[in-house]
Amino acid sequence: MSGTLLLEQSLNGLQFGLMLFLLAAGLTLVFGIMDMINLAHGSLYMIGAYLMATLVQATGSFWLGLALALAATAAIGAVLEVSLLRRLYGRDHLAQVLATFAIILIANEVVRILWGSQPILLNPPPSLTGPVTLPGGLEYASYRLLIIGVGVLVALLLYLLVSKTKVGMRVRAGASNREMALAMGVDIRRLFTAVFALGAALCALAGALLGPILAVQVGMGENILILAFVVIVIGGIGSIRGALVGALLVGIVDTGGRAFLSLFFGAFLPPQLASAAGPAVASVLIYLLMAGVLFFRPQGLFPARG
Amino acid sequence: MTRAVPIFLLLLAFPLAMQATDNLFYVSLASRILIYAIAATSLNLVLGYGGMVSFGHAAFFGAGAFTVGILSAEGVSSLWIAWPAAVAVAALAALAIGAVSLRTRGVYFIMITLAFAQMVYYIFVSLKAYGGEDGLPLQGRSSVGLGLSLAGDLAWYYVVLAFCAAVLYGLHRLSRSRFGRVIDAIRENETRAEAIGFPVYRYKLACFVLSGAVAGLAGALIANQSSYVSPSLLHWVQSGTLMIMVILGGVGTLWGGALGALVLLALEHLIADPQVGWLERLAPNYQDHAGLAVGLVLLAIVLLAPQGLAGIFSPSPKHPGGSRA
Amino acid sequence: MLELRNVSKRFGGVVATDDVTLEIERGEVHALIGPNGAGKTTLIAQISGMLPTDTGRIVFDGADVTRLPAHARVRAGLARSYQVTSLFRRFTVLENLALAVQARSGSSFSFWRPVSSEAALVEEARAIAREVDLHEKLATRGGELAHGDQRALELALALATRPRLLLLDEPMAGMGPQESGRIIELIERLRERVTVLLVEHDMDAVFRLANRISVLVNGRVIATGEPQAIRQDPDVRKAYLGEELAA
Repeated sequence: MSGTLLLEQSLNGLQFGLMLFLLAAGLTLVFGIMDMINLAHGSLYMIGAYLMATLVQATGSFWLGLALALAATAAIGAVLEVSLLRRLYGRDHLAQVLATFAIILIANEVVRILWGSQPILLNPPPSLTGPVTLPGGLEYASYRLLIIGVGVLVALLLYLLVSKTKVGMRVRAGASNREMALAMGVDIRRLFTAVFALGAALCALAGALLGPILAVQVGMGENILILAFVVIVIGGIGSIRGALVGALLVGIVDTGGRAFLSLFFGAFLPPQLASAAGPAVASVLIYLLMAGVLFFRPQGLFPARG
Repeated sequence: MTRAVPIFLLLLAFPLAMQATDNLFYVSLASRILIYAIAATSLNLVLGYGGMVSFGHAAFFGAGAFTVGILSAEGVSSLWIAWPAAVAVAALAALAIGAVSLRTRGVYFIMITLAFAQMVYYIFVSLKAYGGEDGLPLQGRSSVGLGLSLAGDLAWYYVVLAFCAAVLYGLHRLSRSRFGRVIDAIRENETRAEAIGFPVYRYKLACFVLSGAVAGLAGALIANQSSYVSPSLLHWVQSGTLMIMVILGGVGTLWGGALGALVLLALEHLIADPQVGWLERLAPNYQDHAGLAVGLVLLAIVLLAPQGLAGIFSPSPKHPGGSRA
Repeated sequence: MLELRNVSKRFGGVVATDDVTLEIERGEVHALIGPNGAGKTTLIAQISGMLPTDTGRIVFDGADVTRLPAHARVRAGLARSYQVTSLFRRFTVLENLALAVQARSGSSFSFWRPVSSEAALVEEARAIAREVDLHEKLATRGGELAHGDQRALELALALATRPRLLLLDEPMAGMGPQESGRIIELIERLRERVTVLLVEHDMDAVFRLANRISVLVNGRVIATGEPQAIRQDPDVRKAYLGEELAA
């Protein structure tokens, strides 16, 4: 097992983990502050990717398309929150699950009506299609490095926002004590909408950036949504720090598992069994990780509420 | 419960009427509906009566189906072995998943059950030897022995009807039993239930396992229905569909699961059936966008009529139980 | 009967109960008083098992129950009533009480036989209802009872588990003098059969009922003794009783 392979997979894991973090961050805030389970979060990710593809084509520019896609998805998120989701706060979780599940169904269909059932194409910006040579000799896709860069930057910005600003303080207060947050009055509704719109923008960012790597197709949101759930369960609801740690763990374990498990099994199992067992166990690995964490910490690693 | 007798008699006579009018297809459709009624009722037990919002019920449904499928692929097709095995596998899965998940509550619980169910999906899909993503065909329905066969539509219908009736009657007895009372109490006020001496975790787990076992039974039946096991049975959309059935029919009511299965599958059939000319003229290609209709209707129900249909027919004091953080 | 040794509980930076050492004697009515936020309810929660203890030991009737889960403590005879009414609101009074009786009589892993057919359960539930004067409201749902009746049911639920030690957390919360009188009489009647740890703010009730009083301030027990002694204890007066007794 070469050092460059290890480095490459580590970077892939980091990249995937950071994108998961973007999704998980918005999700964990909504869970923590509004106590609402939101299955439609994945749909915002999908919408972000689709809008990105369309806007890039329309404007001819990756970066302009990205900016517009973020703004548009944030707006859609805000509208969704004000018109529909607001009615679900305070209702039992079953109602929230079903209502947001309904939104997934509707969103998938609307996307299918507007863009068709076939996956659509989204390309990385022309300046970043080539590889970059890293110290040690590894040739790594420059676009993936961009994703890592953006991910780290956003993580930093979020950290600053949540821990250093007044708004962030209210958000944290809301995540750790909802009753207190609600007692803060009318302002809180605007805060909720803002949090939701921010979450939507983060989803769109992840969707737009991952679009060139994963396929942009109907239903892309659901698969990654479940991973985001696993991240939050591991990290602890309401905690941005937990979302980051959880996302990096999941990203690395998942990527590493897929890359190395077959090799690992090959060391002591017959090759056919090893190549079958590898992917099978890899897909299950993060759930085992989740179960393991829950066994010792049923509230996750960094629960916002004590 | 007094409504049950005329309904049951109707259901007994139904296939004979269909046979007489040369509409045997509807008997097969009815069998399918009855099987989903069992599956939805099993979810209703843990969700409506138990108040546990489990979003991973498809795992038990599919595990039951795959057990029958895998045994069939390995040459074991006797229902006396395959069906109890299906129930046992599903119950074991429910025990394992429940034991971990029930240590959490609220939003965590929902996400964890969803995640574990997805894990079960990946496990079965990765078994390339048993169909993988393409699914697993069976060689035919399970064998009974004694010179009897389940191959015929009528015989199959009556077998399924018997199971469905048994499950519903069992739920009826359960809800009035000691166990049913405890589960009801736990749903109403979990803290106090513990404070008067009930080991709440154990009861919730038992309820979870029981519901998983019944879902496994439904799975065994669905595998036989079309002699084919599709991995989509394990997908979380299937969990969602079962939940839709339960809320449609009435969460926490005896008939909720059955009613919801009936309505949803009947609608699905209506939409898929090409002969609904007036609908075609109203909304061309409506079949392609059935998901939109289901989504809108579901949203409307959640926002406007949370009691579901059974709530309309007999507004009971039972309100939809649900988890709160 | 009950022994608390160095029991503590922290929540983050806040110390709720601080090195509490206390002994409750069999057959007594022991009152626990203290200003709001002193940690009384936290202590009750720790004794009943709903809240784990950070340090210390809880010994009930000679047995160390510190690690025992709440439901097991109830089975051992340690029951609690809540300050904020916690009933089964959808259930009728009879069903509420029958449930508590059911909890301690045999296994509830019984899936077939209807509960309504168990005459013994129903009879005992009726008897308890009579004790707390709710026998005429057996068919009323818990959520529909008047406040005073709800508090009576609250107490009755704990009583139905046939406890040897009863933890009463402000049983007279939100009650006027007449309603309080009803509860006071009830506790008087219980005096011989059950040991009682009573948390209360109503000083009349406390001085009337208590054999001994312990005073909890900022999570620490600052005094324990007979009512007269407590009344005159200078620390207690300074910390707590001052305003109320001056009247």
